[in-house]
Order: sequence, then C-alpha cells, then structure tokens
Amino acid sequence: MPRVAEQEGRDLVELTDEERAMLAGAQGEPVRRALDYQMEVGRFFGAERFVPITNAHMMGDIEVLGDAGLALLRDAQALGARARVPVTTNARCVDFAWADRLGQDAGECAKEREVIAALRAMDVVTADTCINYQTLYQPHLGERVAWGDTGTVIYANSVFGARSNFESGPAALAAALTGRTPEYGFQLDRHRKGRFVVDLSGAALADLADWGALGKVVGERHQNYYAVPVFTGFRRAPLADELKQLGCALASYGSMGMFHMVGVTPEAPSVEAALGGETPWEGFAVSDADIEAVYRAFPLGDGDCSLVVFSGPQLSLFEVKTLAGLFQGRRLHPGTQVFVTTSVGVRSAAERLGYLKPLEDAGVAVLEGVCFYILQNLSLMRERNGWRNMISNSAKIVNIIGAHRFRTILRRTADCVEIACTGRLS
Amino acid sequence: MSNGPLLVIRVERAFGPLVEGEAVVSAEGFSPRYDLDRWTGLITKPGHKLEGASIKDKVCFFPTAKGGIAAGWAFYDIKAKGISPKAYVFGVTNPVMVQGAVLAGVPITEGWSEDPRAVLRTGDWVRVDPGRKVVELLRRAPLTA
Repeated sequence: MPRVAEQEGRDLVELTDEERAMLAGAQGEPVRRALDYQMEVGRFFGAERFVPITNAHMMGDIEVLGDAGLALLRDAQALGARARVPVTTNARCVDFAWADRLGQDAGECAKEREVIAALRAMDVVTADTCINYQTLYQPHLGERVAWGDTGTVIYANSVFGARSNFESGPAALAAALTGRTPEYGFQLDRHRKGRFVVDLSGAALADLADWGALGKVVGERHQNYYAVPVFTGFRRAPLADELKQLGCALASYGSMGMFHMVGVTPEAPSVEAALGGETPWEGFAVSDADIEAVYRAFPLGDGDCSLVVFSGPQLSLFEVKTLAGLFQGRRLHPGTQVFVTTSVGVRSAAERLGYLKPLEDAGVAVLEGVCFYILQNLSLMRERNGWRNMISNSAKIVNIIGAHRFRTILRRTADCVEIACTGRLS
Repeated sequence: MSNGPLLVIRVERAFGPLVEGEAVVSAEGFSPRYDLDRWTGLITKPGHKLEGASIKDKVCFFPTAKGGIAAGWAFYDIKAKGISPKAYVFGVTNPVMVQGAVLAGVPITEGWSEDPRAVLRTGDWVRVDPGRKVVELLRRAPLTA
C-alpha cells in the first residue's frame, strides 16, 4: 500500500502565551485537562502548533460512552467545563418516543438523559444529527472546524473545502473547550492533495446506493486516512445527497477523510490542481459494471426480508420526500419492519409537509435524533425480532453494523422499498 | 531473559507507557464499532479474519484502521470494563484511534519497519516501547501440533 510519510515534526507543540497559561490552569481545570490531552494527540502526529476553530461537532451517547465516558462528562461538568465555540452533537442511541417499543433498556435510557443534561450544562447544543453539514452549519473554504462523525468530516473537507480531522467525541469536546485543535492531518495543505485518480465517465450512478457502492469500491482499494481520491469524468452535477453517500462510504470502507471531484469540489478546479503537482499513485475507472458487481457480491442468506433500514447517515428532507413517494399507497409485507432515521428538524418539517403520513400509513417507523446502527440494545433487538438480514440503501450502514452480527445487503432505494413491501429478496 | 530481543520492529509514531503481552496479529483492519463486541472483548463481525478472537490484554497488530469515530470513547470504555488490549500497533491508523488510545492511556503506534504478519505469530510474547519507538519479540509462541 502506498504510504504518505508524515513530515517529522518537532517533538513538542509550540505554544502561545495564552496556551501556556491554559496549561498552567489559568482558565480552569477542564481547559487545562482538555489542552493537555490535545497536546498528547498533537505530539503523536508531529503537530507544531494549535489552530483556532470556529465550530465543533461531537459524538456523545451512552452506547459508545459507557459508564466510564458518562463519569468523565459528569466530572467535566462538575468542574465547570463550558464550550467556547458552538458545538453540536451527533446522532444518539435513543429516540425516547420509541425506546419502550424498541425494547431499549430503561436504565441505559436514563443514563442517556444524564449524558444530554451534562452536555447541555457545558453549553453543548444537543442537536443529535449526523447531517449537521446539511441542516445546521456549512463552513466556508479554509474554515477550521473539529468535527466527528467521519461522514461530517469528509463532507466538510471535500465539499466545503473546510478543514477538519476525524475528531472523536473526547477530541471534539476538548476542541470546543479550548477553542482550538492541533494542526495535523487535513488541517495541513500537504495532506489535502489528491493521491489517485478515479475515472467515472462510464458510471451513471443514478441511485444514492450507487454512490455508496462507489465509495465501497474506492475505499476498500486504499484503506488509508490520507488516501485522497480525485474523481473525474462524471457527466452531470452531483447532488448533495449523492456526495453525502459517497463521502460516508469512503470514510467507512477506506477510513478516508477527504476526496476531490474535478469541477465540483472547491479545491479541484482541475485534476492537476487537485493533485497539487504530485504524481498520482494510480488511475483507474469505476463503471456501471463495477457498481453492479457490488450488489451481486452480497450473499442473501436464507432470503430473510424482515428488516429494511434507511439510515446511516440520517436522511435529508429530500430523501424523506423521495421515500414518501415510493411508499405512497403501499403497505409493508407482513413480518417486515422498516426504519427511517433523520434529524429532529427534518422529521418536523417532513410532518408539516405531509411526507411522514405516507410512510407511517405504510407501516414505516420514522425515528429522530438517532442512527440505526448505534441504537442502544441493538444486538438484543436483533435477537428478539429474529432479524437475520439487514437490507439498506446505505453502503455505510451495511459496513458498519457488522459487530451486531447482521448479514447485510446493499440494494438501491426503490429496490429496498420493493423488498419491504413484497417480502421478496433477489 | 539475558539475551536481547529475537526481533525488533521500528515504528514511526508512538504514544504511551512500555508494555509486554501476547501478540494478536491480524490480517484485517480494525474498528471497535464495526468489529468488536464492546461487552466481551471478542471480535464478532461475521467474516472478520479474527472472528471469535479476544483482544483483552493482548498486543493487537492491525494493518489498518477502519471507519469510525467511535474509538475515541470506546477505547476508554473497554479499558474501564477491563477488556482493553495492552497496546494497539497499527500499520496505518487514523486520528480517532490515537485520540481514543491517548484518552484511555493505552499505548498506540503507527507505521512499521517490517510487516508483523511476515515475522510474528499470534501467541508470540512482545514488548511495545513507545519511548524508543520499537516493538520487540521476546519469546516465540510454543509450537502446537
């Protein structure tokens, strides 16, 4: 695998007077701890300094925090931690309106409320969405942010030309408390150059799932955070939801943090500009046939169709509208359950606009503020419901849900709806 | 042991205290979200090359990091639950793994001078020394029939 050598940095991050004071505790214990933690991470990557950020986005839910993480948040709250830049939360693991029906654990749900309370006390905006880049905040070219999950980061770097590394929950929270992040990875020009070229002139990519399949093909070929693909030759203007699926799949299958698309993304006016004067590792094409091969490669097991999921990432209003049209006047096949997850804001708008009714009439569950794969108690839910296969139009969720022992199958959006309503999988 | 290590692998970047432990050498990348049951420490993703293996108290060698933002909290969580590896040794990693390992205080390294899959076996006893940026083979796993 081609490697990008990290330039040897100095062993110590160079600090400003303010940062030295922060480390000495002049701005309180939470800030001291947060900066100390960031120093250690920055040192690993050879960061030479901190850079200010304008916005943070953090994952923090009880499913991933565990009791230890919750204790850490409580501790920070008790010490008076306060965010100094706007910070929002990613999707969480409980939609309280659905918790009982889904058989989620009451004790864990109570802890989830404690998580939310602790975060709010630190002035974290608990917006609970993994599509903040579509619904909450769109940073401009060159703007430095500290975001996670990975889908938000790759969208920020690629489509907006903003700058973020994958910032996990504790890292994004630390950045929100200190207002800065160590300068490494995609904060630096040298890591933002394209590394290989992907020709899309033979790919139609007509469905959102096709974009995820493309991300799977390209991501699996170079599992490397710094492997930045340069897409070229696509014959129309891609939609935001399409770039979202592509980015989420690249980040999921390839752990990639950025892509360029020539003529589409702001740092790629040309292939040459995207490559930044360097020779690409390789060039290859992804065609319709390659995308078809992705769908054919999923084993169908016993053909179980009892679970179809539209989630991971949360759906935009346009995706909800499309699904409403596809489910209009139909009913789910007996024994099949369908879950849609979206943000609080999108669900509210969808209700007002009449997009929820056709979904609910069909029997579809539309959850807000959560993502399916992080639902508390998911493994138990799978066992209780006898779900064996999970069918989805999201390549990301098909990849990410494995530890819960689902057999996962990627299908196009309309095919997913057809499977859900007929109980037939092919 | 009075003799020196049987083998030395140099790493490019490293964090954490010196540890020793039994190696688990994976041919596949890793994510605590995608692959791991975070209540037992077992790799449970169907088809993962280490499916069924435990990472508890092991020195885990993974060629790549997969995904995923979860490791930031998850490494801390599994440490508290007593099912953490002793160290994470990655060929190529991503920031989330590092952020998680630093929070948990568990050693993590990235980049290697020799591919562990070629020179180490699961069960070998190794030492990870982040200060010297080396991984050393101390004892071979006993050969089994």
